[in-house]
Amino acid sequence: MSADRVLFDAPGPVGRRRIRIATAATVLVIAAVIALAVKQFGDNGQLAAERWTPFGQLSYLRFLWDGLKGTLLAAGVAALISFPAGAVFGLMRISVRRPVRWLAGVYVELFRAVPLLLLIYAFLLGLPRLGVNLPIFWKLVVPIVLVNTAVLAELVRAGIGAVDRGQFEAGEAVGLRRGQVLRLVVLPQALRLIVPTLVTQLTTLLKDTTLGYVVSYPELMKQGNNLTVYTHLLIQTYLIVAVVYVVINLLLSQLAHALDRRLARRRVVDAGGAAGGGGAPHVAHETEPAGDRIAPMGQLF
Amino acid sequence: MDVVTGHVGYILGGFLVTVELTLLGYVGALLLGTVLAVFRVGPITPLRIVGAAYVEFFRNIPLLTFLILFVFGLPDVGLTFSLFLSSAVCLAMTGAAYVCESVRSGINAVPVGQAEAARAIGLSFSKVLRLVVLPQAFRTMVPPLVNVFIGMALGSSIAAAVGVAELTNRTQQLNLEYAQAVVTFLVAGAFYVAMAFLGAGGGRWLERRLGARR
Repeated sequence: MSADRVLFDAPGPVGRRRIRIATAATVLVIAAVIALAVKQFGDNGQLAAERWTPFGQLSYLRFLWDGLKGTLLAAGVAALISFPAGAVFGLMRISVRRPVRWLAGVYVELFRAVPLLLLIYAFLLGLPRLGVNLPIFWKLVVPIVLVNTAVLAELVRAGIGAVDRGQFEAGEAVGLRRGQVLRLVVLPQALRLIVPTLVTQLTTLLKDTTLGYVVSYPELMKQGNNLTVYTHLLIQTYLIVAVVYVVINLLLSQLAHALDRRLARRRVVDAGGAAGGGGAPHVAHETEPAGDRIAPMGQLF
Repeated sequence: MDVVTGHVGYILGGFLVTVELTLLGYVGALLLGTVLAVFRVGPITPLRIVGAAYVEFFRNIPLLTFLILFVFGLPDVGLTFSLFLSSAVCLAMTGAAYVCESVRSGINAVPVGQAEAARAIGLSFSKVLRLVVLPQAFRTMVPPLVNVFIGMALGSSIAAAVGVAELTNRTQQLNLEYAQAVVTFLVAGAFYVAMAFLGAGGGRWLERRLGARR
């Protein structure tokens, strides 16, 4: 947050008054927007108690809970496959053998540039025409794995790139072979660097599973959809579904932030230790969490 | 292959809709996201809170969930928009959260001394931002903003799930109608890859240009 509060002076009397006025105006505008939204909901009968109380019933909750289990299962399986696969492709991209490097490069570049939904349609509608007909679960999970493996491969590569070159050289200097340098020296440090981003990637996986809606795999979105078919409580159901996603993802990103901060602290400690040895100390400022994190590419929603 | 050659207009039309969605969503996201970023670094506390809450909400809600709420939910409270407009607005609103964070971390990457020096010569908050910090922040913002563009191009495919006749949707339609339409998936994929590569190339070009002028 370094620059967040340096763009303006500590306000004087006039400035404080202006800020107070602007603050009051903002609060009024926000209140007006909320009031307008509530009125719009109320006028259309969406706030009526009978449209919300059903969600207190166990049967409704269990229905959505089953959906959440489906979501977590799909995201979990996708994570279990794509994380190791991503590491393998990431390592292939820095291989000394050109064909290996090239192959991984083509895979990563292509699958980061293709929309997940198109891949899912290909598995859902295209491949069965060619005789490849997977169970519904895998029609959702395989495309998610294919895309996320590519994204994770880039992450792993970026993590390895962020490890100080001296670490490679030191590893070689003590007589380790390339594979050993990677396995014993570089990878452990690289993984530590990308752990926060890996946690963030879990939120992406979770969001990706919403496309189960399209393949009719009973995850949270699809279960919500099934519920609205019977109840017609559309807004209520999807608002609850949305809150569930936001809460889970918020928890995951809080975890990522916490890991980020721990990492930043550790780096400062490391740098403090190294400074005595005459090397240039790392500047603690550079480990500003949001900016310095190794970000996944090309995959937002 | 004849499915593709026989439906060139249909596929290109879908691609055009995809391009329109992407550009509308991206421009909207850039505008809204920059405003949100200014909220987040400004001195007015409620606006800082609004900016932060907006970003947290839209980075954590799946696009499909928001899109379906928007498309099928809003009519229930008396607001109806076209499918295309709804999709573009949803893309812009979601993208804005990511643009906001890119702009903000770009601002954070400018050395603190720059803002302090600008303040020392008496510039106001908006002048510090407009004349000193943002021009320098822009270059570091290019890669994440290119990222948002690529995400937007790929994310626009989600509109297919609510029935917007863009590239992914039309590909799937063709595949339903014709037995040998698997190749259409490859063609559609190629269009998306081309868009992503074009975006990435444009970003590199922009970065070089901005670098040279420094």
